[in-house]
Amino acid sequence: MTQSQLRTNEAELIKSVCAGEREAFYELVRPYERMIYATAISVVKNPADAEEVAQEAVLKAFSHLSTFRAEAKFSTWLVQITYNEARMKLKKAHPHLYESIDDQQQNEEGDFWPKDYADWRPIPSELLEQKEIRQAVRNAINSLSPSYREVLVLRDVQHLSIKETSTILGISEPNVKTRLHRARLLLRDSLAPGIDGSWIQGQPYRKARAW
Amino acid sequence: MATIEISCVEVWRQISDYLDDEISPEMRERMEAHFKACAHCTAVLDGTRNVVELVGDGRVFQMPDGFSKRLYKKLQKLP
Repeated sequence: MTQSQLRTNEAELIKSVCAGEREAFYELVRPYERMIYATAISVVKNPADAEEVAQEAVLKAFSHLSTFRAEAKFSTWLVQITYNEARMKLKKAHPHLYESIDDQQQNEEGDFWPKDYADWRPIPSELLEQKEIRQAVRNAINSLSPSYREVLVLRDVQHLSIKETSTILGISEPNVKTRLHRARLLLRDSLAPGIDGSWIQGQPYRKARAW
Repeated sequence: MATIEISCVEVWRQISDYLDDEISPEMRERMEAHFKACAHCTAVLDGTRNVVELVGDGRVFQMPDGFSKRLYKKLQKLP
């Protein structure tokens, strides 16, 4: 389905829901379930809370569907609602731990120096068949500060555009790029050494390091 | 015209935009010339590309079993 077909299809479904056909809402939301879940877990971090947030977000989307403006993208709107729900939940659960996204502007200036120059050969996708590797990737993502994690999840997990990410998070496009850049390099630093030895067993490992 | 050389620091600064194709053709050319000659930056590039691939794989954030079913039930319960 092309983007415009998808939009037309979604617009029809939205009309049906607003006219009282509740079943149409599930059809509208179903393609975005994973997106909603991944968004929620990137903020609240644990699966049970993420599921609760996802459900609350979907219910909220249902009750506010009439406020959805057709010029926006339905998926963007849905992810935005999910973010708000997730942040609210986090704030309620850990008011003292909650880090304001706006307070995280520091450290974004200046250059990032990669720590490790490990020669990380292309990884076979079978690597992700291993539960421990999936866990290692999740842990690495979770260890990022919220401002980096959110941008990374929207761009690299959800594959949203720079523009959509900037709309959802309410930050500028250059800011999206800067945070994404930092997030990717931080992840590389934390995951690259794991590839060494323990991840690719039995294969000779070569480091390219001149200093 | 010869490609103008760039430093490793400048390459690191642009690596993410390079992967997203958010740089000018001139910058791309300069970076590619640099990668040919610099094993460190190539390693950083490969690692970063691998990270993007790993993270982008749908298996990292799998929905819990029964997620859709429970969501559907919630929706059905709406007044």
